[in-house]
Order: sequence, then structure tokens, then C-alpha cells
Amino acid sequence: MERTTDAGGAAGDKVVSLREAVARHVRDGDTVSLEGFTHLIPTAAGHEIIRQGRRGLTVVRMTADIVVDQMLAAGCVARLVSSFVGNSSAGSLGELRRRIERADPEPLEFEEYSHYGMVCRYVAGAQRLPFHPLRSYGGSDLPSVNPGIRKVTSPYPGPDGRPEQIYVVPPVNPDVTIVHAQRADRRGNTQIWGLTGVQAEAVYAADRAVVVVEELVADEVVRADPNRTLIPAHAVDAVVVCPRGAHPSFAQGYYDRDNAFYRSWSAISADPARLRAWLEEWVYGTADHAEYVAKRGEEFWARLAVGEALSGSVDYGRRL
Amino acid sequence: MSGRPGRGAGPVTASELLSVVAARELAGRRTVFAGIGLPTLAVELAALTVAPGIEVVYESGVCGAHPSRLPETIADAVLITGAEAVVSMPALFGSVLQGGHIDVGFLGAAQIDRWGSLNTSVIGEWERPAVRLPGSGGAVEVMANAREVFVVMRRHTPRSFAAALDFCTTPGPDRALADGIRPLGVGVTRVVTELGVLARDGIGDELRLVAVHPGVTVAQVLAATGWELRTAGRVATTEPPTPAELRLLREDVDPDRVYLR
Repeated sequence: MERTTDAGGAAGDKVVSLREAVARHVRDGDTVSLEGFTHLIPTAAGHEIIRQGRRGLTVVRMTADIVVDQMLAAGCVARLVSSFVGNSSAGSLGELRRRIERADPEPLEFEEYSHYGMVCRYVAGAQRLPFHPLRSYGGSDLPSVNPGIRKVTSPYPGPDGRPEQIYVVPPVNPDVTIVHAQRADRRGNTQIWGLTGVQAEAVYAADRAVVVVEELVADEVVRADPNRTLIPAHAVDAVVVCPRGAHPSFAQGYYDRDNAFYRSWSAISADPARLRAWLEEWVYGTADHAEYVAKRGEEFWARLAVGEALSGSVDYGRRL
Repeated sequence: MSGRPGRGAGPVTASELLSVVAARELAGRRTVFAGIGLPTLAVELAALTVAPGIEVVYESGVCGAHPSRLPETIADAVLITGAEAVVSMPALFGSVLQGGHIDVGFLGAAQIDRWGSLNTSVIGEWERPAVRLPGSGGAVEVMANAREVFVVMRRHTPRSFAAALDFCTTPGPDRALADGIRPLGVGVTRVVTELGVLARDGIGDELRLVAVHPGVTVAQVLAATGWELRTAGRVATTEPPTPAELRLLREDVDPDRVYLR
């Protein structure tokens, strides 16, 4: 029964460059989900979308943070769907606030949810359900500004035997979802550890999925620990190898979070000219993420290096 | 450990006072959903004092964190290495929170009203706000599903303790019930501010002033509150942090003064 999943050159090899992946899978006007809950944020993919000048995107992201502010500043985004629009706990997103508070330089359509509302939208999207119920939003003003959040009567009686009302959210089915991960094989079996967020659901919800990884590994590495594969190859359309592509966020076991950059973003983004200069230098001024990494310099990355903390191993067993 | 300014026997800062007061309120609680900042300090201090064995659950999915250093964010890598469990977002919000496993949730807000409803979305009109704030994050879920909620708000002003919220992001259970939704918990039960402590027993109750910090008068708190704040029969004066609490906070919990600004 041993079947080979022949790598290099064989059918099923999905490895492409980030440039190719974005060119092929992200189109003007698309709904693009970028997920990674503070960990493994697909920043390099966001930068490539900026370089290729995509326009009119609907960006879906639970924690819209620095990469979203950068995409807004680059004019890529017409509509944002999110449950947290802030720079982590490190300050403000200057461009986002200008767009929403003053329509400067243009208005931004904003669909506001809570975190679990977004999670339920991805779950419903992944499972092709018409909606997903949740015990949130009762008495909130959010449904009054977001017609997607609706209240229905459960078809079943509540715990007290009487009809029960509950809020529901609609599925989200992005045209493309892009996530960052620690490693994958050439066909896209993707392994993630540490904070796993909502990446698997976001991938399954999408029509197309791009996985950007720190490391490409042999099939045997993946198959030695199948439980760690959160995203199976059948859900993946493109695999991109892009070390340090989640900076300034972190990749558990690979590099640490660049807290200094998070703290600096408030000041950079507060001034549109300074933000523009930052994009010129670090995004438009670099051909790709490898150049961005090189430009940062080795000392910079040494400061974000992490020590080793290996997992124990488990015994999957084999039939004798 | 170098002798940083502020360590040792210096005067008590507002951050220290708030952390100590919040920590004491955690006596007897088992599971706490905490964000970063003062709640982190409060929970870590409680673990060393009134609530040994307390489990911290972070919004990032970490349950039972044992960080080697004080985390800088809810997703700090030090929270993951050595943690008891790390779960996905659907599990965290769906099963842990909505499943009813959280005793106390910590929340902050730009505005709070007398029923403990919170605004973290906008100052001004939602459509074209004067200030766009980050929004809910998981606050709506914490309020709806934690058994009770503690709020820490440094600034106590009539604008932040508002007669009417500019926008209700996170409704307390009274608003939820009026909307026909049965909440799992009782909503906000404690609010710790720079001036004192407000408390609320449960559904149908308003926040009342139960304690003022040393040097603060009841009149001062009433004047700093945007609604006619009721007081408990007898308003207590907060017991100042003890030398032991301060030592733990300064030397064990936050020696690098990440949050003890």
C-alpha cells in the first residue's frame, strides 16, 4: 500500500514564487482573507500585493493591524471586514484612522464584527453553511451598523421550553485566503504549531488558498507527524517559501516578534509623508521579500533569534 | 537584577495600586480570561497571593500559560512555550468561552455606563467618528459568556464614565435581556479606576461606589462620573498595597517594569 507522493516536478507540486502566487491568485476587486492571529501574520504577502498594485480589494482579517494599514496606505483596499482595528497593544493605525475618521484620502467601507463573529463567519464559509449562530451581540449597537449581523428564532425550544432568539452571522467565502505557516511539503500539506488561530477555517472558506512558509520540508517530515498538519494539501493552491515573511510578527520556533517595530508604527503611520517614505523604502524599494530581509541586515535578525525548545515526541505506532 | 529606578521602597504608583486592588478581587477564582497590561499584573500577583493555581486563558488561545518572562502581548511567544494548552480560535471562543469555562473576564474600555456596558468602537458617530477605536476584539464574547467581568480603567472622567455611551460595542446582560438574548454571566461586577472601586451585584443592578483610594474623596468620584453614581451604604477606603504585595509586584511579577510605568 506504500504509495509515493513523488515530490519535485511531479503533478501536485504547488511551489511557486510569491510574485507568481499573488499575480495568479489575487485579482483587482477580490475578497482577500489574510489570517494569522498575532502569530504568523502574512506580511510578505501583503507587501507583494502592494508591489503589484492591486486595487479595490475587500480585506478580511480578524486583527487588522500593521500590514492592513500598509495596504490601506498603498491604495489597495476599498473595504475592510474586521473585529479589531488597532496596532496590537502598541498604539494606533494612522492610515486606517485617517480613512475612517476623515475619509482621507478616500473613504473606507468598514464591516465591524467581534472576534467570535469573524470566527463563525469563517466556520460557516468553510462548511458552506448559510449562517452560524453565536451567543453574542444581544443589546449591542453592532447589528445597527452591520446588517450582516441578524437575529433569528431558533427552530428548537430554549432551555426553559420557550422559543429562543439568537444572533447569526453570514458565511465568508474569500476569493483567496493567504496564510503564513512554519512549514509545508511541496504539495501544500501545511504544519503549524504555537498559536493556530483561524487559519485552517480561513483556508477552507476560500475559493483559492496560498500558503506562505518559513521552510519547505520533505514529505517524510510531514508524514512523521500528521497531527501537526492543520491544512491538508487538497485545500491549497500555491505554496510559497518565504523565510521571515511574517515579520514584524513572529514564527514560533523560528524568530521572535519585533516589538520595537510595532511600537514605532504609531509614529510612522501618524504622518502620511513618513508612511509613504516607509513604503517607498521597504516595499516598493525592494524587489521581493528576500531583498527586504537582506536590507534589514544580519544584526537585525540576530536580535529576533530564538533559542531551542523542542517538543517531546509521540509514538504513532506501526502494525507489526 | 540591576537597581532600576522605581524598584524597592519608592512611592506606590497608580499602576501598582490598580494591579493590587484588582488582584485582591480575584480571591477564590479559578479561570481568568485576561488581556495584556494591568490585568496581566493583577492575575500574576493573584497567583502568588490570593488565588494560587489560578488559570489564565489568553485571547490568543493559550490556556494555563507559564511564561518565563512577563508577556508583552497576548500572543507573546513566551506564553506558548511551556503552556498547558494552546487551542484554535473556534475552540477558544466557541468551547472555552461560550462553553462557560471562564470565571472572570478582564476588559477595558474607552467608555462604560452605569449598567456596565462598554464602548471600544468610536468616540462620536460610528459612520464618521471623531476617534476610531480598535473595536470589540473578543470583548463582546467575554461579556456575554464569562461568569463575571472585571473592568480596569485608569482614567475616571465624566466622559469615560458616561451617562450615555457614544456606541455600545459590548452590552451588559441587562441590554442583552432587553434584546431578547439570555446571557450566560452577570456582566461587570467590579470596576477598578484611579479613584476607587465600583461594584455591581448582577442583572438589574447599577454600578455603585464601594471604595475610594487613599486620599480620594467620595465627592471627587461622584464629580468624575457622568451619571448620578450611587454609593454603597458605607464607602470603604482601599487598603494601600502591603509591602509584601509591592515587593512581589516589583521584584517577581514585573521586574523590568514592562507595565508598571
